[in-house]
Amino acid sequence: MPKLTIDGQTIEVPPGSTVLQACEAAGREIPVFCYHPRLNIAGNCRMCLVELEKSPKPIASCAMPAADGMVIHTDTPVVHKARRGVLELLLINHPLDCPICDQGGECDLQDLTLFYGPDHSRFAENKRPVADKDLGPLISTHMTRCIHCTRCIRFLNEVAGVEELGACARGEHMEITTWIEAALTSELQGNIIDLCPVGALNSKPYEYRARTWELKKTESVDVLDALGCNIRVDSRGNEVMRVLPRLNEAINEEWISDKTRFAYDGLRRRRLDVPMVKRDGKLREASWSEALRAAAERLAGTGPERVAAVVGDLADLESMLLLKELMAALGSPHLDCRQDGAKLGIGPRASWLFNPTIAGIEQADVCLLVGCDPRSEAPVLNARLRKRWRQGGFRVGRIGPPRDLTYPVEELGAGPQTLQEVVGGGIAFAQALRDARAPLVVVGSGAVARPDGAAVLALAASLPVQREAWNGFAVLHRAASRVGGLELGILPGPGGRDVAGILHGVEAGEIEVVYLLGADEIEASRLRGAFVIYQGHHGDRGAAAADIVLPGAAYTEKHATYVNTEGRPQRGKLAVFPPGEAKEDWRILRALHDALGLRSDVATLGDVRARIATLAPHLARIDEVTPANWEPLADAGAVDRAPFGYPFDDFYRTDSISRASAVMAECSRLARERRASEATGTHG
Amino acid sequence: MPAFAFSEANQAEVARIRARYPADRQASAVLPLLHLAQAQHGGWLPRAALDHVADLLGMPRIRVYEVASFYDMFNTEPTGRVQVRVCTTTPCWLCGSDEVVAAARETLGIEVGETTLDGRFFLREFECLGACANAPVMWIDDDFYEDLDGPKARAILEAVKRGEQPVPGPQSGRRGSEPLGGPTTLLRTGE
Amino acid sequence: MMLRDQDRIFRNLYGSEPWHLDAARRRGDWDGTRDLIAKGRDWLVEEVKASGLRGRGGAGFPTGLKWSFMPKQPTGQPVYLVVNADESEPGTCKDREILRHEPHKLIEGCLLAGAAMGCTAGYIYIRGEFVREAEVLQAALEEAYAAGLLGRDAAGSGYDFELYLHRGAGAYICGEETGLLESLEGKKGQPRLKPPFPAAAGLYGRPTTVNNVETIAVVPTILRRGASWFSDLGKPNNTGTKIFCISGHVNRPCTVEEEMGIPLKVLIERHCGGVRGGWDNLLAVIPGGSSVPLLPKSICDTVHMDFDSLREVRSGLGTAGVIVMDRSTDIVRAIARLSKFYMHESCGQCTPCREGTGWLWRMMTRLAEGRARLEEIDLLDEVTREIEGHTICALGDAAAWPVQGLIRHFRPELERRIRAAALQQAQQRQAA
Repeated sequence: MPKLTIDGQTIEVPPGSTVLQACEAAGREIPVFCYHPRLNIAGNCRMCLVELEKSPKPIASCAMPAADGMVIHTDTPVVHKARRGVLELLLINHPLDCPICDQGGECDLQDLTLFYGPDHSRFAENKRPVADKDLGPLISTHMTRCIHCTRCIRFLNEVAGVEELGACARGEHMEITTWIEAALTSELQGNIIDLCPVGALNSKPYEYRARTWELKKTESVDVLDALGCNIRVDSRGNEVMRVLPRLNEAINEEWISDKTRFAYDGLRRRRLDVPMVKRDGKLREASWSEALRAAAERLAGTGPERVAAVVGDLADLESMLLLKELMAALGSPHLDCRQDGAKLGIGPRASWLFNPTIAGIEQADVCLLVGCDPRSEAPVLNARLRKRWRQGGFRVGRIGPPRDLTYPVEELGAGPQTLQEVVGGGIAFAQALRDARAPLVVVGSGAVARPDGAAVLALAASLPVQREAWNGFAVLHRAASRVGGLELGILPGPGGRDVAGILHGVEAGEIEVVYLLGADEIEASRLRGAFVIYQGHHGDRGAAAADIVLPGAAYTEKHATYVNTEGRPQRGKLAVFPPGEAKEDWRILRALHDALGLRSDVATLGDVRARIATLAPHLARIDEVTPANWEPLADAGAVDRAPFGYPFDDFYRTDSISRASAVMAECSRLARERRASEATGTHG
Repeated sequence: MPAFAFSEANQAEVARIRARYPADRQASAVLPLLHLAQAQHGGWLPRAALDHVADLLGMPRIRVYEVASFYDMFNTEPTGRVQVRVCTTTPCWLCGSDEVVAAARETLGIEVGETTLDGRFFLREFECLGACANAPVMWIDDDFYEDLDGPKARAILEAVKRGEQPVPGPQSGRRGSEPLGGPTTLLRTGE
Repeated sequence: MMLRDQDRIFRNLYGSEPWHLDAARRRGDWDGTRDLIAKGRDWLVEEVKASGLRGRGGAGFPTGLKWSFMPKQPTGQPVYLVVNADESEPGTCKDREILRHEPHKLIEGCLLAGAAMGCTAGYIYIRGEFVREAEVLQAALEEAYAAGLLGRDAAGSGYDFELYLHRGAGAYICGEETGLLESLEGKKGQPRLKPPFPAAAGLYGRPTTVNNVETIAVVPTILRRGASWFSDLGKPNNTGTKIFCISGHVNRPCTVEEEMGIPLKVLIERHCGGVRGGWDNLLAVIPGGSSVPLLPKSICDTVHMDFDSLREVRSGLGTAGVIVMDRSTDIVRAIARLSKFYMHESCGQCTPCREGTGWLWRMMTRLAEGRARLEEIDLLDEVTREIEGHTICALGDAAAWPVQGLIRHFRPELERRIRAAALQQAQQRQAA
């Protein structure tokens, strides 16, 4: 371990550290612009210069490997002069339009200038004009503010794997650009807004809408895929103004997808904000007591074997539990949380979890994707796979149709028979899995959402991916509610129907009342023959079929628990109140208990959570993954020959919130146009 | 966007160029291939040519756009077919490059950075061409014209306009960069 | 004392003879190359070390020492020699003469240097503007291949060495060795962070040595005539011969090979017919290419042309591109034009250079016309010091030093212009 002296203090750092890291370990703050711990080192901003004894020039601490015996000074006239000089030079062509800049208040240039910079300008020349660039509907540009740190370029090259931004021309004419003025295509592009240390790259939907210091900041979790990315919801009054990532090394590091970041305008549109009851064939506004009474009457007046409930993909743990208890109290076994028909939840807990954990991807050396498109189903997880690939020594094979994942993938075949071959050891990749130190099999939710899903799951689970302290079997979900639902047993009871059975039952006249808890991904038109009670937040597919609407809360409007694909429970927090008369979902179900005259001993959210803790103690260990014991799955019959499909053709519009988002609609349109022009070969 | 492809003759050259670099390092061929594409396309590189070279070498297109915009010799906008470049860096300036620039502007009837109306000549200033002992220097297409003054530059450009090919090199009668009037060294060579 | 013609390495500097292989052989090139290689890597490196040869590209780093940084044991993986033929430093035109008139000296030098360092291949990176020079060099390479002097069992030595020509496309920064390597890899020529140094991770991440054309081209002669022959020329630490390029206000500008350490005045008077209008008409000289600070006449009277002598007078030998300015010169404009050059050639990567070079040029342009305030002279100096030493490569320093030299030696002239312009303005106001 190299031992250095930093400002007179001796410090030992791990081999491979940089001088900058050593300085930070010694408690010295080094100002930076271009340096970012998750990106390659560029060393171009020159802000981190420090003095190294015996070196004729100050050194860029971000780029200099820490070596034994180095004597570093971070607080000398030479260092201060260098920092002040860099700041002066960064500022000469900077517009200094802080009062109208969205970055104002959270700007590295502003902050560092305050601490280290000059207090006035000595620049008597004209400032450099730079044309703004059109990067598409998500990112607005103010390129005169750009300080050319190249973080945005490096992020897209390295993390997102979509090389579309460059620094063209040279010298003082160098500009960050796509050169061809085309919208960026990466589904992770919004992260470059956060990475930009100045106000050059801004969120286009958020542009000029708020100042950072007026915002209330609520730490929460995302529900638009099953990763549970950690987010911060910034609101003003009762409006969500923007969504930003929060650091969580175990899940999303500091990235979020563009859907997570930009779908929030969907929270303002198509909202269900008042209870409604159908009268004379039309949904009409009603009071909560009227609506609840109507729902209770219908539920109580129908034989329990003719009542069913379906839980949607955005549902929280607390409301799922209360719905389950409601159904149990009514005596109905027809309950399911698997809108897509995934054959999960029958076997042991480990058969539906992403057992190796998301961070564990970085330990893996061979990866087999089974009917899984991680790029559209969980872009941030795909970035982790790419990160692992960039570290080298990572082989990825795929069973399923080819799609560009931004890293090389060996195409093994299209469907379950290929999986059989891998299990049988018939293809070379099987040997790689056997020989791997930490093999990873990622089963997509689409691969098991088919009639032979259970067989596919059992087959995949029979792959040799168990090692000492390593379970490489991973199910990648796409619904935020799914793992929580499976763990709570939101599944058909004895003699109960699954989603397909419920729909069939409605059509056969055997199911009369269907309770939808935010269920929008089923064929709602097939519910026409039933009395539908829809509890949820958007006027989407489920509400369109409803006879009673009970307006609920979106994820930004409630305190709620979600369990991610790893089995990690996390808490979402209320950032704004539900609109109009809408309520937090657990309260609606609690009130329905009352309306039905059912005994309920939960009065507060805390009571609900205490119940969950009793039923499933691991779900009360917030932020922790409780590992599941591995047991082989029972044989589940034969697989058929149909190739695997992927759940999403359109990453941007996958749920009632993103479908309501105008921003996502625009992204979706551009993506469709791109695909069409690629298909006809007129691109480029 | 009109397509771009290397001519048959140039395809052989493309293969020769690519053979100089390791198979997994083909991006190295980008500068020579852009030179080739620009020569084929009449002195500038349309986007189709940049994309073609990128696709050929398996490079992200933005990387080729970066390269094309970085190097002075590549034109990414249409220019005149005959490229007239006058060095105006200090050694040439000391020896009268202002006169050469003036002669070029007058003879071609355009300003620096412009193309003649007939699309034939493109005039620009260039940084040091590395022939300082023969300053001032004018670089027309592939050839350096050295030891110039205003009238000599004018005569050369008039000749080019007439379709002639004036003899490149020093216009002062000396050989290479030996001192005018004969070398002071290497007097025994050729013995 | 004058360097004897038989001690000149470049016998065909002016192209009085053909450059072809047979003519080159008559001049002594490719003579006993195989035997030199047979003496082994250690001998080759030690001989170059003993000659005292210092890099001719500007920095003057001892060549043999640089070679010794390369890995000693072959690993079966590629190791590269890269020759920097991107000659672009204003005032410098020496490599051009080697490339077009003595290409075989360079090619033979590449083979010997390659053998000395165990290189598997070499690339010669020639600036794109040297179209005709590249044609000559390519033809010479083909001659050498045809004669079995390159490729498998090069020159019958048992050593395999491939040598390729690579054309740049107009960027001064590609003369910086790591900018050159980036460019050779097909990228923008933005210099790399060091460490790692090229000897550890250079071209394609492999060990690489980058040498200047002249450095490599003198190697065969040094090895044939012996290290001591070379080291006896010049003076300690500044040995051998050197090609000087003299441009600007001399009667007969030229390129000439002379002994290291020749007095500047002798160089100019002996080979260039003196300063235009006589020595007393001299204003200043930039002695080593545009990147080094200028020298006023008082220093030029006595200074010798070698690394150490010029460093003592706070300038440098650089590339030995000698730019002479007589008293008719607008010295501020001359330096301002260099500021424009560095602004134009900055790669744009580092803050101080990208932003500072433009600022320098704009201030210099105003100063040249006197449109400035007196305190801006100090500001100009401060800005040069905000750039100097704060960038990844030396272009920032190169942009700073000429301006610093101007302020150091011509401050009264700068002040005079400002005062004159102010006076004129005041008079105009009065008249109006």
